[in-house]
Amino acid sequence: MSPLDRIANVSILKQHDVDKLYKVENKPVFSTSDQLCFLVRPRIRNVKYVADIVNADKAAGRTRKYKIIFSPQKFYTCEMVLEEEGIYGDVTCDEWSFYLLPLDDDIISMELPEFFRDYFLEGDQRWISAVARALQLLNSLFGPFTRTYGIGRCAKMAHEVWRELAEENEGDAQARKPEIGHVFLMDRDVDYVTALCSQVVYEGLVDDTFRIKCGSVDFGPDITSSDRSIKVLLNTQDKVFNEIRNEHFSNVFSFLSQKARKLQSQYDRRRGMDIKQMKNFVSQELKGLKHEHRLLSLHIGACESIMKKKTKQDFQELLKTEHSLLEGFDIRESTSFIEEHIDRQVSPIESLRLMCLLSITENGLIPKDYRSLKTQYLQSYGPEHLLTFHNLRRMGLLTEQAPGDTLTAMESKVSKLVTDRAAGKLTDAFSSLARKSNFRGISKKLGLIPHVDGEYNLKVPQDMAYVFSGAYVPLSCKIMEQVLERRGWLGLEDVVRLLNGNEFAVTDAGVEENPTWESQRVILAVFLGGCTFSEICALRFLGKERGYRFIFLTTAITSSGRLLEATMETVT
Amino acid sequence: MNRMKVDEEEYWHSSKFKAFTFDDEDDELSQLKESKRAVNSLRDIVDDDDDDLEKFSWSGEPVGSISWSIKETASSSSGAFEGRDSGLQKGSSAYTTFPKPVSSYSLSSFFKGRHVAFSSTALSETGVKSYAPELRRPKAEYKDYNSDWSPKDTVRRMQKGKICSLERFRSLQDKLLLLDEAVAVHDGNVITAILIFMKRTLKKAILFRELEVRQVALRHLIHFLKEIGEQKLLLDLLRFLDRMEEAALTQYREHLSIQDADKRKEFLKGCVGLPFSSEDAVHVQDHYTLLERQIIIEANDRHLESAGQTEIFRKYPRKASILNMPLVTTLFYSCFYHYTEAEGMFSSPANLKKTFKIPDKQYVLTALAARAKLRAWHDVDALFTTKNWLGYTKKKAPIGFHRVVEILQRNSAPVQVLQEYVRLVEDVDTKLNLATKYKCHDVVVDTYRDLKDRQQLMVYRCKVERGSPEEDKIDGILSSSQIRWKN
Repeated sequence: MSPLDRIANVSILKQHDVDKLYKVENKPVFSTSDQLCFLVRPRIRNVKYVADIVNADKAAGRTRKYKIIFSPQKFYTCEMVLEEEGIYGDVTCDEWSFYLLPLDDDIISMELPEFFRDYFLEGDQRWISAVARALQLLNSLFGPFTRTYGIGRCAKMAHEVWRELAEENEGDAQARKPEIGHVFLMDRDVDYVTALCSQVVYEGLVDDTFRIKCGSVDFGPDITSSDRSIKVLLNTQDKVFNEIRNEHFSNVFSFLSQKARKLQSQYDRRRGMDIKQMKNFVSQELKGLKHEHRLLSLHIGACESIMKKKTKQDFQELLKTEHSLLEGFDIRESTSFIEEHIDRQVSPIESLRLMCLLSITENGLIPKDYRSLKTQYLQSYGPEHLLTFHNLRRMGLLTEQAPGDTLTAMESKVSKLVTDRAAGKLTDAFSSLARKSNFRGISKKLGLIPHVDGEYNLKVPQDMAYVFSGAYVPLSCKIMEQVLERRGWLGLEDVVRLLNGNEFAVTDAGVEENPTWESQRVILAVFLGGCTFSEICALRFLGKERGYRFIFLTTAITSSGRLLEATMETVT
Repeated sequence: MNRMKVDEEEYWHSSKFKAFTFDDEDDELSQLKESKRAVNSLRDIVDDDDDDLEKFSWSGEPVGSISWSIKETASSSSGAFEGRDSGLQKGSSAYTTFPKPVSSYSLSSFFKGRHVAFSSTALSETGVKSYAPELRRPKAEYKDYNSDWSPKDTVRRMQKGKICSLERFRSLQDKLLLLDEAVAVHDGNVITAILIFMKRTLKKAILFRELEVRQVALRHLIHFLKEIGEQKLLLDLLRFLDRMEEAALTQYREHLSIQDADKRKEFLKGCVGLPFSSEDAVHVQDHYTLLERQIIIEANDRHLESAGQTEIFRKYPRKASILNMPLVTTLFYSCFYHYTEAEGMFSSPANLKKTFKIPDKQYVLTALAARAKLRAWHDVDALFTTKNWLGYTKKKAPIGFHRVVEILQRNSAPVQVLQEYVRLVEDVDTKLNLATKYKCHDVVVDTYRDLKDRQQLMVYRCKVERGSPEEDKIDGILSSSQIRWKN
């Protein structure tokens, strides 16, 4: 499903005289319409695609009207391409300021998966203003935010840009009673570990296995037990899904079978009914039961399919390796597990994911391992992944341990010496976008690895670690928990230093704080570069525990697969 | 100043209706003007008079951008945009309170005269100025319209999607001020726009020099060059920055878009000498060699296959070409179709192993998978058999035997083959597990016997078929007086 489907489906578009819909891809369009309208992201590639069509028409002596609607905004580069291609003026341009797509009661997505690569790999800040505008939009809809916290370079910039916007629009929201108490902005690169872990809560597993697109998933014939696929909208409306989405996968089966039994008994009630009761049953309950039945069978099918896939790929062993990486045990063993994974040509993404986890948790691979794993990776999955490795290194996702930390030492010296902006350029030159992960230190300081006597109770979890089978509390969520609890960064200095700084906490002076307001418990968690369903589940859990209500604003829903695919080079 | 304001209001009132139409009748007219301007700008190159105001544009003709004409926007994005709308309707008094970003990229401001100089008092005025939405070219009176924005105001206007003339930023210092301002407000779109302008108006060496100390801007330019595909300039830039390795990789990247295998091979050959890191240089060399080999193998095998004389190709027709496949896949292919060939042949597994220094572990795994797929159990056997100097044979595997078992099982090896390898699994628990799972009764029974675990053996007895040889064997062991059972 695409964002457009969520807003205006095909039939609505048809009602508005849309003759035919085409996907923007590198294929010629055969249409007899004399008006073409392109709804695209402002990317050079897309504009070139339009230009090819227009120029082909011109060559064929055909005149049509063309309109490009850029969403959420037009970039200067797009117009530059239009001009260069000689079609400026032949094409009219519009902007559709579409920033927020509510995927569910508590999830708003900007549907900008490209944010991640553009900023975190290329260092391009083109989307920062989009985030700022999204915040401003929420601000104008729901009143001022009492407090804003954040961490990460991009978060800081987005916050600054948004403040500017808000000041210009002063009076828009100030008079209103705030409906969102706190905002927390976080860069994806503050915590790559969480995004790279295998997801084991139901919603996360469904996403990892089938890819949820725009809140909807395609269940194939093996799940629907029919001959066709079904698109299923996964949100709170789905009563069955709603009850299992946040659960650890091991609980889902028993829940579903319980549900199935209950359903059966409800069906069974019809036995021994008299005619009137039966009439009642058929007219009032049967439809609901049937609907529930359908949902139940879909999710049971999905579970089966997940199980099948996971047993095939040694999921248990994989999780074990992941957990030892997180804890820092048996590094050698994990390394050889990864090596074998690569040698057997198990999925390229999975192998890469494990290598990145190893690298981040260990602050880089030992040079010998790095070389040998890289060589084997290239041999197993193709030499062109040389480029992937280069990208991952630039992002700090997969690095080699340096013999000494000379550069970092110098970096910190320089940044201590200089504070003014002119000299800031100098420090910038030293620090690439990649940062040191310091995961081990952070994990210790924040207690990310729970120590439980005996078995971790996944049925009645005690902390957010349940989203990773009790092995690890997601760092991103833990930071939010700590900051919200302390109402700031005070006491977290050590952690912040290990996270490479760029933290902030701002109180809106214009808003009086009233702790009795329900809104003070509402927290907007903003993820720049994407958040995973596991993080959403963890924060939902935290919310229930502490009486918060989290609303998620993310540039896109992400997962280890999406994140790593974004680091690969493809033909454009 | 007041006069200006009035002008502005007049302008707005006079043009507000037209601002909403897509098909301006004077579009054609303005197109004409545009061409004229283009011609004029050519003249600029010839005689360098100061008529420079119309030289630069990313965009061409103004077309009223009517983002809010799309209904969804208005409804989904709340009052913000309605505000804009009403601002337009009500005129200037309204839009001062609604300084919404108006996303018109109209060219008007591009072509504004620069002769009306603003005094310092203009600063206070610019605040209001920047609110004025530029929906269309203000016809002929644009000369009156001032656009002598400071770098700061220029960037602010650009942030809102309005177009400002950058032409007047002619001194290097001005350009840099402009760029630094854009960087300071973190707007990637504006940074890139200014970089395009700078790229056009500065010579390479100067642009590069200045960007070297402006990392944020530099990253934007690099990304832009990548996206637009200006490979040559990108390489020049990277070389200037002495980022030789990155330059080499950037060049290497191009091979992705070459479809033809021979052309790709030639291209890779050209990459071999590039200044990669010593490690990557080997990988690129290998990439070239691999493709070279694949081309040879592919031509040969395609021929063999179509001739229909070779049994293996008839029995197992090739599913896809081997071109551009990873090395391990190629090795698998070679183990599948060319297993027995002598090392001298390019297509032989031995040759591949030697050429690419494939580690034993990798080789064995791949060969095992290939031979097992063909159910060539003898080959599998030979793969793990080693002779010591006394001539005794022994089974050895660089990978754990549990992996061997797993691969064999996946290729549905018969129990006789399977149990031989299950027996070799070192860890007893794993061994028992596998043996039980794959019904290698002999192994299970022998292992329990060796463990002297009578109870487990008795339990297992219930699992095997009645009257089967396994049951007899268990009974034999259980009644043996030689064994000192531990339970």
